[in-house]
Amino acid sequence: MERRTIFGHRLLPVALVAPQFLLTLIFFLWPACQAVWSSMTRQDPFGLHSQFAGLDNFVELITDPLYRDTIGRTAFFMVAVSAVSMSLALLLAVFADREIRGRIVYRTLLISPYAIAPAMAAVLWILMLQPRIGIVGVWLNKHGIPWDYHLNDRQAMGVIVLASAWKQVSYNFIFFLAGLQSVPRSVLEAARLDGARGWHRFRTITFPLLAPTTFFLLVVNMVYAAFDTFGTIQALTQGGPGKATETLVVKVYRDGVVNLDIGSSSAQSVILMLGVIGLTALQFRFLGRRRPT
Amino acid sequence: MATLELAGLRKSFGATDVLRQIDLSLASGEMLVIVGASGCGKSTLLRMVAGLEAPSAGSILLDGLDVTSMDPSARDIAMVFQNYALYPHMTVFDNMAYGLRIRGLSRDDIARRVDEAASLLGLSEFLGRKPRQLSGGQRQRVAMGRAIVRHPKLFLFDEPLSNLDAALRVRTRAEIRRLQRRLGVTSLYVTHDQVEAMTLGDRLLVLHQGQPAQLATPMEVFERPADTYVAGFIGAPAMNFLPATLVNSGTAARLEAGPILGFVDGRRDRPDGTALIIGIRPEHIRVDRNGLSLRIDLVEPLGSETLVHGHLAATGEPGLVIRLAGKPPEGEVLTIDFPPEQIHVFDAETGQRLS
Amino acid sequence: MNPRHDPLAHAVLLLGAILFVAPLWLVFVGSTQDPAAIARGELSFLPGEAGFGAYTRVLNGPVPRMLMISLGMALAIAIGKIIISVLSAFAIAFFRFPGRQVAFWLIFITLMLPVEVRIIPTYSVMSDLGLINTFTGLWLPLIASATATLLFRQVFVAIPDELVEAARMDGAGPLRFLWDIVLPVSGANIAALFVILFIYGWNQYLWPLLVATNPRLDTIVIGIVKMVAVETETDWSAVMATAMIAVLPPVVVVLLMQRWFVAGLTEVEK
Repeated sequence: MERRTIFGHRLLPVALVAPQFLLTLIFFLWPACQAVWSSMTRQDPFGLHSQFAGLDNFVELITDPLYRDTIGRTAFFMVAVSAVSMSLALLLAVFADREIRGRIVYRTLLISPYAIAPAMAAVLWILMLQPRIGIVGVWLNKHGIPWDYHLNDRQAMGVIVLASAWKQVSYNFIFFLAGLQSVPRSVLEAARLDGARGWHRFRTITFPLLAPTTFFLLVVNMVYAAFDTFGTIQALTQGGPGKATETLVVKVYRDGVVNLDIGSSSAQSVILMLGVIGLTALQFRFLGRRRPT
Repeated sequence: MATLELAGLRKSFGATDVLRQIDLSLASGEMLVIVGASGCGKSTLLRMVAGLEAPSAGSILLDGLDVTSMDPSARDIAMVFQNYALYPHMTVFDNMAYGLRIRGLSRDDIARRVDEAASLLGLSEFLGRKPRQLSGGQRQRVAMGRAIVRHPKLFLFDEPLSNLDAALRVRTRAEIRRLQRRLGVTSLYVTHDQVEAMTLGDRLLVLHQGQPAQLATPMEVFERPADTYVAGFIGAPAMNFLPATLVNSGTAARLEAGPILGFVDGRRDRPDGTALIIGIRPEHIRVDRNGLSLRIDLVEPLGSETLVHGHLAATGEPGLVIRLAGKPPEGEVLTIDFPPEQIHVFDAETGQRLS
Repeated sequence: MNPRHDPLAHAVLLLGAILFVAPLWLVFVGSTQDPAAIARGELSFLPGEAGFGAYTRVLNGPVPRMLMISLGMALAIAIGKIIISVLSAFAIAFFRFPGRQVAFWLIFITLMLPVEVRIIPTYSVMSDLGLINTFTGLWLPLIASATATLLFRQVFVAIPDELVEAARMDGAGPLRFLWDIVLPVSGANIAALFVILFIYGWNQYLWPLLVATNPRLDTIVIGIVKMVAVETETDWSAVMATAMIAVLPPVVVVLLMQRWFVAGLTEVEK
């Protein structure tokens, strides 16, 4: 957007932008370039020398069935977390939008988990689900249902999906509620007079008008599931048992920080970067630069 | 076509009464205009008939059927909203077809009805467009089309013209009237504009602070307003009011300014000395050489006529407005007279008409 | 549908509220129970008898220091990011200067690279700058991203031209204009953003984990995860007390500033 009046100074704005520009250079562009460079090197086993290896790391990753598994696992995780989190949030938002007594209290209670760190969400769920001390975990084991997400792959995935989705519901709730409140009341009244009741009205009028919000949240949730859940997963299962809950970002951490395989983890980082850029580009293409109004 | 009967309708929010005791009945095919200032409760009344608000007391009978506690979707009523309330994500065709689809009409029936309404309203070429691609006037017509296709028992209009510019408003006003007459659907029309009220209604209900001030035909409301509120509300510029006292055994009124006006329509059944308000419309005040002296404050030439604002030299108050044909008068003073057959007599305390 | 009584809505919302409050409640009551009992698997939903003893135990350890670190980090990130973004957005919105477009796009790119994606190389940059295991290292890289800049730019661009012109005619230079007019006008946005960034900073996990191996620089979030990871930990009520402490400040901030914060959040993501 251009504005009519602009100050004529030249040096001042450069000085004003400089701090952010500098930080962007040092902490974004330089590391990104380094990542790209490292992704094309190979370490020797002692970590003393690195050789230029072109696209070898990438090729190795793409042909590695374990990496492909990780991609599939991450995709499943992203979809599961987004679906669970968004549907629950939408359900709650629809009811919280109604004019009932105490709706402010309900809304406040449902919004507050936003403040909880993803890692903390994991801690809270550990206290619920841990097999030996978690209140629900203990109950399950006592009643003959073998429950231990440190040993069972499926349970581990279930637990991280649950904890991650739980944490994100608040955020989705806030946006869905805002989206619902931006549907003009008179349009809903017109639909009522036209004969549309409850579910039918929701399906044909409310939900279509929520589409921009829904799409926006879908992208945000996918990105959240892919990256911000590191703390949750690390705290709950550390990516285990084995690789059952190892998502792409956990793998980057494992390979890069724990196993010190700089080449491979940098290549993975580059792949992730491309993925994020792709998703963000998609979001901006569809939403312009406007958030759903 | 259906009759509408409202009996004892009331609405209060907590301790505030928004509507008090509304009783009326509409004949089939009649258009009733509910008119009043903002906040008088007219929109609330309309919404109660629609079912969007629940009355605190009273009943609503549509064609003999008690719909008071029925959901709006079951009442078979169509409404044209002030801001049109079109479904933004649907085409004009779908907007109009929506209600029909819910009722399970066949594709052919729907297409037929929509095409019919569209050609009636001049919308046939817009059927594939979305609301955001239409002008205000076009959207308004789509809103009407959506109501028409339903062939409902009752039409409700909630100030549908207030978002249109002046020229469009005049044209659309006439269209609405013609349409309603042609379709013969019983209608309730809410507005704050007294011109719309006068031109559109078979009968008017003037609402004042939640209570009916007068329910009568437009001409009756104009010629025999029931109280000072109605008298001052209908007609522009507004009626002039002068304080007076009842004299001569109820057959005349003595204005504060001095002159005595004899009544030509009989005596008033009140003791002499009762405080009165005499009303006279700006167009009825005569220029008379032997009349009262009016000091002119402001002259507004409108071309075809002139509005003169002034005050009586004798009393200083009240300000009067006179409508004169032709060119503005010369000078600072005008002598005026009040023809007795044009005066309206109101009780000063209650504001009610005395007859 | 009667607007006053809606049992279905209450039922759904109550279940939802319980689902979201239950874990927090559990932590709270857990902190008042006997740690040995918890270790045996007897954690219950009812408040225990050990009272607030766990809190006093916990406050004698590393927890207060971790709280300070978290607070410092959250404040540094919130304030730092706001300052930087306001300055950049101001420059981009109100000036025309060489490299403006480039600067804009460069900053825009940062939106697409969350820290998790660039952890290793960012670490090595930090190492080169000697910022590993320093307090500065905890927050500096996190204030560079562009979300706040874009938000402020949008707000600034919406300031009517007449306001700018009036200020200029009154003799205000750009910095004056920024301080006297732009900042007050954007007050609500700044407040909302402060809440969002404070929470973002407080809740950081991966980055502080990486950058600081010295336990003296642990944030409280990292502290609690470490405590929980050692699952043979015997003092569970202490763990829960710490968790309560870790969660309370951001939740309180959100509750107090709820209205602003919700309005600001739905505006930020533009």
